[in-house]
Amino acid sequence: MAKLRDIAHSRTGDKGNISNISVIAFDARHYPLLCEQVTPARVKAHFEGIVFGEVVRYELPNIAALNFVLDQALGGGVTRSLALDAHGKSLSSALLDLEIELPPDHDRGVA
Amino acid sequence: MRTIRVGSDAGYSGDRIEPAVELAEKGDIQYLVFECLGERTVALAQRARLKNPDDGFDPLLEARMRAVLPPCAKNGIKIVTNMGAANPSAAARKTAQIAASLGLSRLKIAAVMGDDVLEACKQHDLPLLEIDGTLKTLGNRIVSANAYLGAEPMAAALKAGADIVITGRASDPALFLAPMVDAFGWPMDDWDLLGRGTVAGHLLECAGQITGGYFADPGFKDVAGLARLGFPIGEVSEDGGLVITKVAGSGGEVSVRTCKEQLLYEVHDPARYMQPDVVADFSQVTVEEIGPDRVRVSGGRGTQRPDTLKISVGYVDGYIGEGQMSYAGPGAEARARLALEIARERLKLTKVEASEWRFDLIGIDALHGERRSQGGAPYEVRVRVAGRTDTLKEAVRIGDEVETLYTNGPAGGGGAFKSARDIVAVASVLLPRELVAPQVRFVEA
Repeated sequence: MAKLRDIAHSRTGDKGNISNISVIAFDARHYPLLCEQVTPARVKAHFEGIVFGEVVRYELPNIAALNFVLDQALGGGVTRSLALDAHGKSLSSALLDLEIELPPDHDRGVA
Repeated sequence: MRTIRVGSDAGYSGDRIEPAVELAEKGDIQYLVFECLGERTVALAQRARLKNPDDGFDPLLEARMRAVLPPCAKNGIKIVTNMGAANPSAAARKTAQIAASLGLSRLKIAAVMGDDVLEACKQHDLPLLEIDGTLKTLGNRIVSANAYLGAEPMAAALKAGADIVITGRASDPALFLAPMVDAFGWPMDDWDLLGRGTVAGHLLECAGQITGGYFADPGFKDVAGLARLGFPIGEVSEDGGLVITKVAGSGGEVSVRTCKEQLLYEVHDPARYMQPDVVADFSQVTVEEIGPDRVRVSGGRGTQRPDTLKISVGYVDGYIGEGQMSYAGPGAEARARLALEIARERLKLTKVEASEWRFDLIGIDALHGERRSQGGAPYEVRVRVAGRTDTLKEAVRIGDEVETLYTNGPAGGGGAFKSARDIVAVASVLLPRELVAPQVRFVEA
């Protein structure tokens, strides 16, 4: 079993109580695999106990990337959160821990 | 086709200063932009201004201006910045003094005013976007209300001959769009051009975040020279074409992968990136490496600007008290857990009142909860207790209680830290744009 980190990179941004996390394929050939396996439902389940609202996914085939928007994800909002990482900057690393199933003949394509 | 080079010289208020000097000296740029105003910085600056009418601008304004004014004056580089915070006109006067003390004369400095809409917000009860309630429910806890201004007043100041333009709250991409509108005379209703300019501004606004900062992950994304990271330059052509690059020989990298990450940074729907000047569409953007540290970005578009402006409302939101203590060696985790138990019981016994609590084990569960921890016994664990209180006095008691773990808690607790701070939180409302009237005021150095 591979990790999402093997085939994609990621960055977190924050606005109010909403976090957005990009998931970008190192190799554009892995983009369909991202679309298939990194679903909003899986991301929501992965962030159980952290993200309390809806998870919406936007697809950007031109840059082989997905953008996840996570509502109610930042402890009430960046400017008032009690959390150690109030911005949720570290959430991208948590998402890259997601397990990914690669086809048997797959080249992991780490950049 | 005409092209300008715009340098991005700060990604936040405390950002490094030398990369800005490097850009001004060696970047062959015509415009230099400092984005220094965080979400709640204006609210904090507003408080400073209430204490002193000549204050309320960015505390690093003097250090930054002293460092970049000489090379900018020498190379004819115009400066655009939001370091005016809650007091752009005082910031402009201060900048004039600094210029004079450096022997630089004949600099035209413009202050862009009118983002302060506190009065308008008192007269219109508007719904808050992030939290339940309206402006009225915040009542007298409101400290500040500032509109995100667009590029127009800044471009007008440049057109009128300003060498330095200082604003308060303005949209970050608009700080970059203003030089393009000034240089190319873009009409303010050519949505595709404004959309392309916004792509450029968005990519540049966080400075080092597109040149390899907030990016490195050893073994997966290696980046060289982060201690002397170069800040980015946008080469923008008259038709909105864009190449992102940096000063040759500086640290970091400009690559397809850094540009992609920054393109989606703090973006929700990529097809509808709401700005005061345009609704930009990033959904069709493509990126292409055309040389070492040179990436061409194409495909930005735009649609008509919204009828409302986003207003950032700062309000007083109680206090946060916090205490920390570390444990190490065999049994570190067990002792840290015991410490949290003791602290929890003590805070109850001594009746410390907080509306919300956090009891964290840094090294185990502080960032993403215990479920994601890798297991195994950590060599060191740091206990963290934080609570939200109504008064400063109550907040102070939290850190004090955690500190008593030194002599009253588990063995070997060290490195106590405590803090108590008042919280100015930020919420947003949308205000009809006709209620906001930006003005430009000139100061001569």
